[in-house]
Amino acid sequence: MSASMAPQAHPRGIFHKAGSLRAERRWALWSAYISLVIAAIIMLAPPFYMLLTSIKTSAEIADLSGNPWWVNAPTFENYWALINNPMFRGFFYNSVKVTIAVVAISMVISVLAAFALGRMRFWGSQFLATGVFLTYLVPDTLLFIPLYQIVGGLGLLDNAWGLVLVYPTLTVPFCTWIMIGYFASIPKELDEAALIDGANWMQMLTRIFIPVALPGIIAATIFAFTVSWAAFVYPTAFITSPSEMPMTIGVVSQLIRGDTFAWGQLMAGALLAALPPVVVYAFLMDYYIAGLTAGATKG
Amino acid sequence: MTLPLILVIGGLVAWPAGYAIYLSTLNRRMTEFIGLTNFEILLESDSFRMVIFQSVFFAVTAVILKALIGFWLAHMLHHIPTKGQRKWRGMLLVPWVIPPALSTLGWWWMFDPSYSSINWLLNIFAVPSVPWLGEPWWARISVIIVNVWYGAPFFMIMYLAALKSVPEALYEAAAIDGATSWQRLRYITLPMMRNIISITVLFSLIVTFANYDIVRVLTNGGPRDLTHVFASYAFQVGILAGNIPRGAAVSLFMFPILGVIAFFVLRGINKRNREEA
Repeated sequence: MSASMAPQAHPRGIFHKAGSLRAERRWALWSAYISLVIAAIIMLAPPFYMLLTSIKTSAEIADLSGNPWWVNAPTFENYWALINNPMFRGFFYNSVKVTIAVVAISMVISVLAAFALGRMRFWGSQFLATGVFLTYLVPDTLLFIPLYQIVGGLGLLDNAWGLVLVYPTLTVPFCTWIMIGYFASIPKELDEAALIDGANWMQMLTRIFIPVALPGIIAATIFAFTVSWAAFVYPTAFITSPSEMPMTIGVVSQLIRGDTFAWGQLMAGALLAALPPVVVYAFLMDYYIAGLTAGATKG
Repeated sequence: MTLPLILVIGGLVAWPAGYAIYLSTLNRRMTEFIGLTNFEILLESDSFRMVIFQSVFFAVTAVILKALIGFWLAHMLHHIPTKGQRKWRGMLLVPWVIPPALSTLGWWWMFDPSYSSINWLLNIFAVPSVPWLGEPWWARISVIIVNVWYGAPFFMIMYLAALKSVPEALYEAAAIDGATSWQRLRYITLPMMRNIISITVLFSLIVTFANYDIVRVLTNGGPRDLTHVFASYAFQVGILAGNIPRGAAVSLFMFPILGVIAFFVLRGINKRNREEA
């Protein structure tokens, strides 16, 4: 009360100061919530609209007179059509196959490499660690043409296993990099104690490093999963027959036919394809974020 | 133990990169060495100069917008009580979790000339419909909108992590000294976050510059090849038109620019590591 009644003659009075500080806080809180609400509406509008479209009938989608942001007769027929479509199930199966293989390969390679780079000091280890990071900065769009030739030379073009060969270029560098960070944070005393007890390097890795750095390993696994599930450049370049396509390119290229798009099915397909990463992230968001922020800020 | 790693880096990154340089010096049928002719032809063509302009314009505009929006959102998230932050953060991160090729499909549908739900909303407020993907400048803006929508959440979490690492005591001291909120931002927050801001911006510049998914799905380079970026043009020339050497040359144009950015990223990270050590 005294704050608002502070006389103009003493604008620097302590009461006035305290009152304006509180008002400033309240104003900041309000503006924060308002901005967040607006931002959330904008961020969620496209997926929400995709969901709306996917549960509309084709007739309702084609009807220009109604409100596009509303659905009058919700139906799951688009989803049913896709789930009963063997081609679409094939996309899903290919994505799962490729992603599992890529995640397994990337994690084995990067945990071993990070352990070696983080703990065994050997000639060139510093150089190699920098190399790993630089590789992470090389985008896939720079390499897809030479890789197209190389994969073609190996006879793996138009084959989902060819993707398993090239996706590690996207996943391994970053996974290794964050694992180095996590392993480096494990106190030296732990492995010295293990060495004294007669453990060899491999035992040290499996008994100490992997359990202690588990959050980092989970983060790296989610990263590898997300990246190989969402990969787009390599499959568009390498895969041409629908039977070998993973989800991303399958939905984009095969559900679009002719001039009239089956928008309902297209949106249903896109949402089904986006579901696995969204589910994983809903449960493991904190690990993922911790891994990413550690990766980009600490190294 | 690092052998598999070396194989991946050497065999799947370094070797293809070198191979790309070799490829780019061949003629169309890959039978003859023609030196730098591919690069010369590209630089002389108007459509490729447009690609250079579009790539730079797209990357710079999108990254600046992403950084500003990300910083703003991180700040707003930081202001609200910690208990609610997780929920809001989760909602705001949704665009970044959906594979971009798929969410861009949704945007494409929202931009559709006759059914555009965005135009429908604009019409409510008596704003005339916008030819989103039909007119070059609007198509460029559309690509940028989608990229900003997809990428701003990444900046948000990076900046939020950075904001949380600024010691609260600094702000208390500043408050006692009577600093305004602008002064606190200018003299405490920004200097403390400078390194992360620059690393994130540079890193995002690389990713945005090399972006492919959004352009491919949204405009496929159209209208009249005016929204192509390096990656989509390289794809067009190299894979679709079957001129592999020329395509390799197109993507190699990205290399020096990315190299310079990578150098600064690495420097920023080394500096940061030294500060922490």
